[in-house]
Amino acid sequence: MDKFTIENMNLYYGKFHALKDVNIRMKKNRITAFIGPSGCGKSTLLKSLNRMNDLVEGCKITGDIRLDNENIYGDMDVNILRKRVGMVFQKANPFPMSIYDNIAFGPRTHGIKSKKELDRIVEESLRDAAIWDELKDRLKKSALGLSGGQQQRLCIARALAVKPEVLLMDEATSALDPISTGKIEELCLKLKNDYTIVMVTHNMQQALRISDETAFFLLGEMVECNSTDAIFSNPQDKRTEEYITGRFG
Amino acid sequence: MREYFDKELTQLNDSLIEMGGLVEQAIKNTMKMIVDGEDLLDIAREHENRINEAEKSIQSRCLHLLLHQAPVAHDLRYVSAALKMITDLERIGDQAVDIAEMSVYIKDKKQVFNLTHILEMADNASKMVTEAIDAFVKSDIEVAKKVARQDDIVDELFNRSKNETVELIHKNKELGSEALDIVMIAKYLERIADHAVNVAEWVAFSITGSCDLSD
Repeated sequence: MDKFTIENMNLYYGKFHALKDVNIRMKKNRITAFIGPSGCGKSTLLKSLNRMNDLVEGCKITGDIRLDNENIYGDMDVNILRKRVGMVFQKANPFPMSIYDNIAFGPRTHGIKSKKELDRIVEESLRDAAIWDELKDRLKKSALGLSGGQQQRLCIARALAVKPEVLLMDEATSALDPISTGKIEELCLKLKNDYTIVMVTHNMQQALRISDETAFFLLGEMVECNSTDAIFSNPQDKRTEEYITGRFG
Repeated sequence: MREYFDKELTQLNDSLIEMGGLVEQAIKNTMKMIVDGEDLLDIAREHENRINEAEKSIQSRCLHLLLHQAPVAHDLRYVSAALKMITDLERIGDQAVDIAEMSVYIKDKKQVFNLTHILEMADNASKMVTEAIDAFVKSDIEVAKKVARQDDIVDELFNRSKNETVELIHKNKELGSEALDIVMIAKYLERIADHAVNVAEWVAFSITGSCDLSD
C-alpha cells in the first residue's frame, strides 16, 4: 500500500527549477532511500514531504504530494502533517534541556499534561529508539552531554514520541561513527514494522543494507526508482549505473 | 575516478581469458589423444594442474574485489559471473584429463569401435567451449546464445554414440570394458558441452542480469 504518492511534482526556488516532474510512490512500512550527487534535489524532495520547504522564501511547488491519498498541500493542517511525518536531520539537534524534556516536548505541545502519561511516552519512545537501557538512569540530565550517536537516537526517540506514521531521515548517520551508524541502521529495520521510513543517504552501502526501494536523482530529475536489489544489481538507466559504480558524482 | 578498480577489473578479465585459453588447450590435447592416439597424458595432467591453479588465483582475486570494492550493478554481475564461470572451466579441465586417461585404454580398439560420433562430439564440445570464452571476451550475447543452441546437437550425438555402443556389446561381449570407456568418454564430452553452456549463461548474466539464453 502506498503511503506517499507524488505525481508530476515540480519545485522551484525562485527561477531555479529544483525538482522536475517527479513521480514516485513510497510504500507503507518500507524503507525508501533517495540517492544522488549533491544538489540533485533529494533533500529538497524529502523536505517537501512534511512541508519544511514552506519556510523557504520563493519556493513554489506544483503537482501532487499525497499522504494516504490526501493532498498535503491542500486543506491538511501543517501541524497535523508534521505530527504524522517526523524528521531526523543530519546533525543531531537535541534541545538544551533534559533528556526527559526533549522527548516530552512534542507530546506536551500536543496537549498531554499527565505526568504518568508523559512518563509512559518517554519510556516507550526511548525503548523504540533502542536507547532506553543507556539513558534510563539519567533522564533528568542534559541531552547535550550525550555522545553524537546517542544524541541522534534521542532525536529519533523525540520524533517517535508524537506517534508519527512516517519518519524522514536526512543523512541521519553521516556524522556518526560506524558503531552508532550500525545501531541506527538496526533501529530503522526494526522501526519499519510500525513506520514508513524515507531516507536521504550518500552512503550507498547503507542504502543497500537497509532500504527496500531506492530512487536515484540527478539534476532535479528522478531518474530511476526500483527495488534496492534491482537498482544495485541491474539498473536500467545508464546514468544510475554510472553514478552507483562511481564513474561520476 | 576509479582508475585502480578499473585496472583490477582488467586484470581479472585477462586472467579469465588466460584460464579459458588453458581449457581450450586441454581439450585440443585430449582430441589429439583420441584422434591420433598420441601419448600426451603428462601434458594433459599438467594442463589440469595449471587450470586448477588459475581457478584458485581468480577466485582469490574476485573475493579481494568483493571485499575491497563492494562492486554494484554491472561490476557486481561481472565479478559474480567470473566466480561461477571458473567453476565450470575447472570442471571442463577435470573432464578433459578424465577423457585423456580413458583414451589410453581405447587406443588399440579404434578399429573395432566406430568413433565417428565421439569425434563429432569432441569437435562440437570443443567449439562450444571456444565460443563461450569468445562470448565472454567480446561480451557478446549472440555468441553466447549460439553456444546454447549447439548443446542439443551434442546431446543427440551422445544418445547415438551410446546406442551404437550398446549394440556393439550385444554383438561382442568381450569388448564390454572398452565399450564402457567409450560411453564414459561420450558422457564426459556431453558434460563439457553442458559446462560450456553454463559459461555462456554466466556471460549472459554479466551482460543482462539474467542467465536466459533463449531467443
